[in-house]
Amino acid sequence: MKLKHTALIGAAVAGLLATGHAAAQEQFIGLPSYRVGPFGANGASLYGGWIDYMAMINARDGGINGVKLTWEECETEYNNARGVECYERLKTKGATGNTVFQPLSTGITYSVLEKVAQDKIPMVTIGYGRTDAADGRVFPWVFPMISTYWTQASAIINYLGTKEGGIDKLKGKKIGLLYHDSAYGKESHAILDKLAAKHGFTVEKIAVANPGNEQQAQWLQIRQMKPDYVILWGWGVMNPTALRTAAKTGYSRDKIVGVWWSGSEEDTIPAGDAAKGYTAAGFNVAGTNYPVVQEIQKHVYAKNAGNMADKDRVGSVLYNRGVVHGIITVEAIRKAQEKYGKGKPVTGEQARWGFENLDIDNARLTQLGAAGFMPDLKITCADHEGAGKVKFQQWDGTKWKVVTDWIQGDQSVVRPMIEESAAAYAKEKGITPRDCSKES
Amino acid sequence: MLYREAGQFKVSYQEDQQIFPIRQDRVGFIAILGFFFLAVPLVASEYWLQAILIPVLIFSLAAIGLNILTGYAGQLSLGSAAFMAVGAFGAYNFMLRVDGMPFLVALAIGGLCAAVVGVAFGLPSLRIKGFYLAVATLAAQFFIVWALVKFPWFSNNSSSGVISAQQIEILGFAFDTPVSKYLLTLGIVAVLALAAKNLVRSTTGRSWMAVRDMDVAAEVIGIRPMFAKLSAFAVSSFYCGVAGALYAYAYLGTVEPEGFNLDLSFKILFMIIIGGVGSIMGSFLGAAFIVLLPIFLNVAMHALFAGSMPAGLGSNLELIIFGGLIIFFLIVEPHGLARLWQIGKEKLRLWPFPH
Amino acid sequence: MGFFFEVLIGGLLSGVLYSLVALGFVLIYKASGVFNFAQGAMVFFAALTFVGFQEVLPGWTGLDADSNVVFWLAFVLALAAMIVLGILTEKVVLRPLVNQPHITLFMATIGLTFLVEGIAQALWGANVRGLSLGIADEPVEWIMESADILVSKFDLFAATLAGALVASLALFFQYTKVGRALRAVADDHQAALSIGIPLQHIWAIVWAVAGFVALVAGLIWGARSGVQFALTFTALKALPVLILGGFTSVPGAIVGGLIIGASEKLAEVYIGPFVGGGIEGWFPYVLALGFLLIRPEGLFGERHIDRV
Repeated sequence: MKLKHTALIGAAVAGLLATGHAAAQEQFIGLPSYRVGPFGANGASLYGGWIDYMAMINARDGGINGVKLTWEECETEYNNARGVECYERLKTKGATGNTVFQPLSTGITYSVLEKVAQDKIPMVTIGYGRTDAADGRVFPWVFPMISTYWTQASAIINYLGTKEGGIDKLKGKKIGLLYHDSAYGKESHAILDKLAAKHGFTVEKIAVANPGNEQQAQWLQIRQMKPDYVILWGWGVMNPTALRTAAKTGYSRDKIVGVWWSGSEEDTIPAGDAAKGYTAAGFNVAGTNYPVVQEIQKHVYAKNAGNMADKDRVGSVLYNRGVVHGIITVEAIRKAQEKYGKGKPVTGEQARWGFENLDIDNARLTQLGAAGFMPDLKITCADHEGAGKVKFQQWDGTKWKVVTDWIQGDQSVVRPMIEESAAAYAKEKGITPRDCSKES
Repeated sequence: MLYREAGQFKVSYQEDQQIFPIRQDRVGFIAILGFFFLAVPLVASEYWLQAILIPVLIFSLAAIGLNILTGYAGQLSLGSAAFMAVGAFGAYNFMLRVDGMPFLVALAIGGLCAAVVGVAFGLPSLRIKGFYLAVATLAAQFFIVWALVKFPWFSNNSSSGVISAQQIEILGFAFDTPVSKYLLTLGIVAVLALAAKNLVRSTTGRSWMAVRDMDVAAEVIGIRPMFAKLSAFAVSSFYCGVAGALYAYAYLGTVEPEGFNLDLSFKILFMIIIGGVGSIMGSFLGAAFIVLLPIFLNVAMHALFAGSMPAGLGSNLELIIFGGLIIFFLIVEPHGLARLWQIGKEKLRLWPFPH
Repeated sequence: MGFFFEVLIGGLLSGVLYSLVALGFVLIYKASGVFNFAQGAMVFFAALTFVGFQEVLPGWTGLDADSNVVFWLAFVLALAAMIVLGILTEKVVLRPLVNQPHITLFMATIGLTFLVEGIAQALWGANVRGLSLGIADEPVEWIMESADILVSKFDLFAATLAGALVASLALFFQYTKVGRALRAVADDHQAALSIGIPLQHIWAIVWAVAGFVALVAGLIWGARSGVQFALTFTALKALPVLILGGFTSVPGAIVGGLIIGASEKLAEVYIGPFVGGGIEGWFPYVLALGFLLIRPEGLFGERHIDRV
């Protein structure tokens, strides 16, 4: 028994020490994924889409200017300590080390927030993570791209405004906020309070305790309050339960608007018919009818090389979100290669420059086959968010249908809040914000 | 041959009662300390320090805390992670709100906060026993995490409820490299572990064990069960609290209340069961085992089946093997790694002679 | 006042579902003294196996996916899987651990939790699936019209099903030979062995019955919120019910469930707003704790007297 353990530990040591065996002309991307645990279903689709996109780039284009993409997954189980271990393990792999760290977990994001700056590895958090990191002057290494939670909240209010026929019509309306009672759910409070004051509506906040598989009390309260709309700020099992309980208590689903973590097939399918008519925000849309997804099917799935165990999930919201992660990662590396040498793998520091100067306009999106699939975005030194807009999709009982064009968040409200919060962080940590006029 | 106590005579009670009565143990202990204090910082890579050694040390400390409560005083608790959270948030708030607060004092205060909360949630132990108490400690687990999320004061009004630990500085020296953080953690853990080792040999420790073995009988011979149980809760929570503060300051840097969830509590419980209930040494072995096993499985899976297995299956296999190994281990050695250590020592005493 | 009753009734109906999960704990604890933390994972495993079979059966047999035959075939196959799982658990995990301290057994069942979760997802994949029992989750109209109180049809159905299950289990334990043997085992293992009751047989049967209860719970909970990993969390809802009702009492599990369900909903609605809400996570535990402080033996437990 003892001997066996020694042998096991010995093998583990050997395995842990064996790093850095990649050949040149390869760009290594570490994937801190989660495929088990409460959010395993989400992780499988997200990382599946991301890996498939990179596989497609390798198969179709032979990599980025000839530099093949390589990757390795590391299971985090959505657990902070495991995430830190994965970060440290992946950090030095590949010829130039890990190019970018994207943990898909806000908890892990916070846990490595300070490490990435020391190790010079950019961290990209698309649609989660630390909101005020959008102020790139204080957080040079962190990129909460496309849209932050606060922008999203503001975009949802703008969407409700258009539904009412003008943002000023929201005056006197009552909006319910059903939120996951956690750090994630609380992100919604400050911004909605501010918007409520600006536009003259009221917000009724209703907390749902984790995991949220029981919401009878909350929806009976909503039935009493009779809000004009309910914003669903949920995660995991809380979402289908909310939709079903809404149906049970007779609250119309067309008046519920979800955030992007509440707007995937994983949230609506379990709710069955109760989800019909429900609308949710998203910085990417569902569907396989976009050229980029079809390219993946042609170059990857046609050769039986796809990452998804269940091929029917290709084109789901979360899968496509993974593709967005792939597009942004690849485009940033491409951008960095333009500056630091085409056909050569870039380091984390060079990749950071690529992310910071990322400019995917609509023409480029069309070339990528992703027009309408994700918003155009332009990152700058000061603004690490880039796009700040979302589309809304409605569940028709079997699939998501896009019902709006891109809707902008109100940056005149959001940006000052981000800057204020980032400045407070800079003060607490003794960071001098960068002067963006001096960055190249 | 080497490990023989023949010829080591004890001529006073003091000698008989010392913490390591056998000379080889003393030498071994100093050698181990020397190894971890001197050799490891020189050879270990940043990965080993940051991703393995620091968390193992911190979890060992939490496991010692739980071991004091469960292993020595016999009170099963499922709320250790919550007490860690109290320690982390306590230390953070004292560092934040008191100017010039020395780090070590804040660490101790964090531990004391946890101790106070621990005593409060330990009160039911006076009337409730066994699994009823275990489930009751879940009240602490859920309530504390809820309160830390709910009241923004605890996290200095951070919009997302996370706290970002301040820089560790002792007497002007900044602990910001992995090596210095490791040494600091090791120092604190070593001192506290020695203190625990001594504590469980003291009157207090013996009263805990009496209460564990039979509380009515203990009461009959003059031990106050209330004092024994509550002091066990206090000391245990203090250890967990310090571990939690180190978890925030020396390991993660930034923590959210949900990081201290029920899973973490179970993990610490696993550590003491696998390591050995009622053993300080076992707490270290158990922590190392539980931290390393999943990492080892993950690395092994990738090394063996990289690319040849459907995505997701590997992660599930890791989970299956982890669960299976725990069960296997409990069946073959229910007394934990500490017991194996003890058996090893017994064998070493006789080696190389059979008798 | 209508609102109060609405919350109360909703809470009582939810409480029945907590009882259903708690029942699985009670059965096993009663017979073998094991606090089986894997009950939540078993609920997940059962529901996932059921929908998994529902998905693959039409392909294997050529039957229509929505037909009743497929439903019942899947049910029978899932039940068989649960019985096999239960018997294997008893044989492989618990029998070698006989006479170990309770905490070791408890930890073994946590190990079992990981094992069962891993096996379930390795077999059927991690996808989130819907599950329909053919009963719409909508208000009963005549109650709505006559009293303006909202009572869900589905909840009523689930509560009836759970009630029927408990009643039949009670009858089973009261009047069958196996049931009598089980009660004897629960009273005293060694005495039961000495009068010739096959202890291991009984344990296997109890684990199989617990598997059956897990399947029913899994179907109902799965229909409420989808078949996904979160089903394992149902165990956390059952634990306060257990300490309130007692680990060994079937009626305790039922009454405890009703009390917990009703009080947590009332607390969330009437106390929640004053402290920021979301108190459902811990309130049942604190309630049960407070109750135990006054009455340590639980609702239906016997007063325990310590002797030296």
